[in-house]
Amino acid sequence: MTLVYLAVAAPLVASFVGLLGGRLVPRLVVPVAVAGTGVSLLAALVMAARAVTTDGLVERASLDTVPLGGGLSFGLDLRLDGLAALVSVAVTVVALMVQVYSTAYLKGDPRYSSYAALVSLFTAAMLLVVFADDLFVLLVGWEVMGVCSYFLIGHHWEQEGSRAGAVKAFVTTRLGDVGFLFGIFTIGQVFGTFSIDRIVADAALQNGRLACHVCQIAALPEGTITIGTLLLLCGVVGKSAQFPLHTWLPDAMAGPTPISALIHAATMVAAGIYFVVRLYDVFLLSPTTLAVMALIACVTMLGAALAALAQDDIKRVLAYSTVSQLAYMLAALAVGSALASTFHLLTHAAFKALLFLAAGSVIHAVGTNLMPAMGGLRRLMPVTFVTMTVGLAALAGIPPFAGFFSKEAVLGAAEETALHHDGPAAAWTGWLVLVVGLVTAGVTAAYVARLWLMTFFGEARGGVAAHESSPAMRWPLVVLAVPAALLGLAGLPSGWLPDWLAPVSEVAPGLSEGGDVAQVELHVGLVTSVLSVGLAVAGALAVWAVWRRDPAADPAAALRWRPALVHAFYVDDLYDRALVRPVRVAARAVRRVDDDVVVGGVTGTGRGARSLAGLIARTQGGNVTAYLTGLLAGVLLIAAGVVVLT
Amino acid sequence: MNDLLLPLLLVLPLAGALVLLVVPGSSGERVAVPFGVGVTGLTFAVSVWATAASPETDVQWVPELGLRFHLGLDGLSAPLVLLTTLLTLLCTVYLLRVRPEAQRMRALVGLLLLLEVGMLGTFLALDMLLFFVFFEVVLVPMWFVIAQWGDDRVPGGRVRAANVFILFTLLGSAVLLLGILLVGLRAGTFDLVELADRGGAGLGRTTQVLAFVALGLGLAVKTPMWPLHSWLPDAHTAAPTVGSVLLAGVLLKMGTYGFVRIALPVVPEGAEAVAPFLGALGVVGILYGSLACLAQRDLKRLIAFSSVGHMGFVLFGISTLSPVGINGALYANIAHGLITGLLFFLVGAVKDRHHTADIDVLGGGLYERTPRLGGLLAFAAVASLGLPGLAGFWGEMLVLLGAFRPDPALSRGYYLVLMALAGVGVVLTTTYFVKVLRRVAQGTSFQAWKEAVLLRDATTHELAVWSPVVALVVVLGLWPGFLLDATTPVVHRLLGGG
Repeated sequence: MTLVYLAVAAPLVASFVGLLGGRLVPRLVVPVAVAGTGVSLLAALVMAARAVTTDGLVERASLDTVPLGGGLSFGLDLRLDGLAALVSVAVTVVALMVQVYSTAYLKGDPRYSSYAALVSLFTAAMLLVVFADDLFVLLVGWEVMGVCSYFLIGHHWEQEGSRAGAVKAFVTTRLGDVGFLFGIFTIGQVFGTFSIDRIVADAALQNGRLACHVCQIAALPEGTITIGTLLLLCGVVGKSAQFPLHTWLPDAMAGPTPISALIHAATMVAAGIYFVVRLYDVFLLSPTTLAVMALIACVTMLGAALAALAQDDIKRVLAYSTVSQLAYMLAALAVGSALASTFHLLTHAAFKALLFLAAGSVIHAVGTNLMPAMGGLRRLMPVTFVTMTVGLAALAGIPPFAGFFSKEAVLGAAEETALHHDGPAAAWTGWLVLVVGLVTAGVTAAYVARLWLMTFFGEARGGVAAHESSPAMRWPLVVLAVPAALLGLAGLPSGWLPDWLAPVSEVAPGLSEGGDVAQVELHVGLVTSVLSVGLAVAGALAVWAVWRRDPAADPAAALRWRPALVHAFYVDDLYDRALVRPVRVAARAVRRVDDDVVVGGVTGTGRGARSLAGLIARTQGGNVTAYLTGLLAGVLLIAAGVVVLT
Repeated sequence: MNDLLLPLLLVLPLAGALVLLVVPGSSGERVAVPFGVGVTGLTFAVSVWATAASPETDVQWVPELGLRFHLGLDGLSAPLVLLTTLLTLLCTVYLLRVRPEAQRMRALVGLLLLLEVGMLGTFLALDMLLFFVFFEVVLVPMWFVIAQWGDDRVPGGRVRAANVFILFTLLGSAVLLLGILLVGLRAGTFDLVELADRGGAGLGRTTQVLAFVALGLGLAVKTPMWPLHSWLPDAHTAAPTVGSVLLAGVLLKMGTYGFVRIALPVVPEGAEAVAPFLGALGVVGILYGSLACLAQRDLKRLIAFSSVGHMGFVLFGISTLSPVGINGALYANIAHGLITGLLFFLVGAVKDRHHTADIDVLGGGLYERTPRLGGLLAFAAVASLGLPGLAGFWGEMLVLLGAFRPDPALSRGYYLVLMALAGVGVVLTTTYFVKVLRRVAQGTSFQAWKEAVLLRDATTHELAVWSPVVALVVVLGLWPGFLLDATTPVVHRLLGGG
């Protein structure tokens, strides 16, 4: 467990040092920030190595038990297992690459020291989520991450876009988090504890993943569990930017690009999915929740992919693609495969971080986010071009890049549920996810092709002479390109991922494996592979065909529904009208009421009482003696009362 | 020695105030603040010692009135006593360098010491009448602080604000006294320990309901509960920084402390009958306060309204009558005292530098021109909106959890609705704080502020005053057991749960 403490504490200490001393000793900012995350990465690697070599590694530690009153309590508990070790490696690798990359990207920024400290704090918070073994501990990490992202999105606070994006991100996720908190209450009540380990063990006994021959299994109320998991889903939907709380993520792109890579691609948005994976046994107890997840995932998946097709800002394309890819992960969970979801989470972390950092490299070089002002960068920025191509191929699901295998795992799980439905997920959700997932694969390839062609091919349209970025920005791209290319090949066929991801509990003696009721194995199916690759190629070719006619023009210009796609189906405008404006009107009304009615009314009552009492009649002039008389009268009243009545 | 600790806590600041009264004018002016720092520092030290020893004092005071000088320190009062002595100490230290325009430091420090006597007495008293006396003692010094050292540019002037403050609270006190007398005379004792042990036995239901309403109204004015809150924004806008800090940081807690110390344990049946109304008014306060904050233009007024919302949470927690909810109320009490105290320090510093607290006049750019002040404001705002990991969260969370499972005698469905509404309040609170940061801290400065030479960033002295509060907000956020270990047993005892 020492390694867990080390992994969480190192970036935390680095952030405190950076926040308190960053301005005093500017030279130390870079070493402290990089070292904090570096130590974390080393600890994560050692833990992952142990997890691979030890079958079913589980370690727990409790720092303190906090009484809440009425017999309730929660523990400051941490837990290390295979899943946590694996995800912590992904988090720290991306975080370290972002820290290194930022040293160049934000060179000369006067606020670099607080920026680096907040990235460190963010990393620590994400790791706390990863290692938390208590719902409240998890919530602390969850929300600290949210506030760090608020500050980092608002890094360029001189610009209106940054300010608005930061506010929107924070308020939207907080909205989901209130539901999340109530979900924690509900789940805590059902299971009688807030300990994740005990909740998962109980739920696993209930759904049959674990069997127990010595203990009695009391039936859990499905209705309450459905309510609880749906409430938890609110927080997940907010954090992982799923419909209907997805609108903050594209606007969050106003933050510096490395932040987009860290927060809005690889870690924070992944926290929502990770949470469901963590409590998956509980979610499996409610088919209703699974069905809702499938619907949300399908709407988000296709809608976001279509929106990505029409964006001009390269970062907004990637933002919508993040929303869409997270929906794949949620869809995998909805059809009963936490493994496929985790697998896609890991590959996505690698290729999306790579894509954002590469996009940052492009933006740094051409000085704009807008793709119509790019073009022809293939020769000017060879490293960026090659690495970004790898990332885009992975995103589009082109074999043998990582995204192909993980997306295939998701589609395979959907096919399994559709054809041989025997888990808690309904067959129709399988069909839905399968069809929408395949269509989205085609759309994904289309927007990927559009981004690739508009940025790197054709004539250079920007005024500035672009150039390849500095080594501190290039190397992280190369490092991240490796897993983006190979993680799928390494992860899938050898089958090591499924083995040590299955959460095992040590909480009660007499537990044993109860069989594969819930988990769907990872596999690459022939039919889904052919269909998804075929659709992807078709999508990409369609864009290429349009683009070839006029390489300077936007291939999406031909779309008839373009305005609706650019505005992402006007969801933002709807929220503005239905929520933001009414609250504003209510606030103004309250202010008016407070000025007129309440003050007037109470002062009026006061005036009446005063004239009746006559004791403190001259208070109007602020006569102090009158007040003192009032006080004395009060004390005398006590005296008289006591003397007369006793 | 331990017997004398608690009286010493009261005697020290009282003696200090008397000394300042007799010291001749010119030299008194000079030594007043350092002397005040010495006295409040000593009082703080004694309070820490007393917390470790947890003593009790019980002697006859005015036998004819049945008035006993019964003082005690337990898990309920100790955190508030420490909060009081700490904030008073920080206020006097703050006055070393930052002085209100009206000067006359001898009188100001004397009044603060007097204020401290009243505040500590209220938290230490284990006799209802003694509680009432100290509850009242606070009013006079606070009136002077607002009326003499306040900001006269507020609408209506500082004297009017001070008058509204004292008028409201005196009216409340009259009702409170009625409640105390009703209980005391029917029960035959004013002793809180004995009354709490009896748990309302011997008091009829009607008496209990009447007594709770009377006690509750008196305490609710101080808290303040919506719609009795309207003295608060005016008082805060007018009060000088140290006055605002103590008013929000400590004085408001006297009301909610009274609920937990007196109203709940002494007349439990009355509490049960009235709790749903108290809860509803608390939640209205949460929503009303946060909506009012969304439309506020004056920073100090905004923080005052945010207090209405936060104290609404405290009242809501008390109204659940469950150990969890009351634990939450107590936690939120302390957290609000620290965080809002800090917010008033910071806003006071902003106002001292700009001579205005109007958000539109201030414009943006606090991060730009005074980064440390801006950063601290952001920290305090984030703490105040209840971010997990900082002190503000645990109180709010426990209040909501208390509402999720209220006392079995209360309607659960009703409280679930209130809980959901309070959840909306959480989102609105987040919204107005990030909105304030957006309008004041982010963005670029107006030309006028850029040219102003006097706009210094937070000084070392200011940082020294604020850093203990910042540290406590972090510690209480990361280690909630620190406070909950102390309050939980007392809450269970007061609720009769063993």
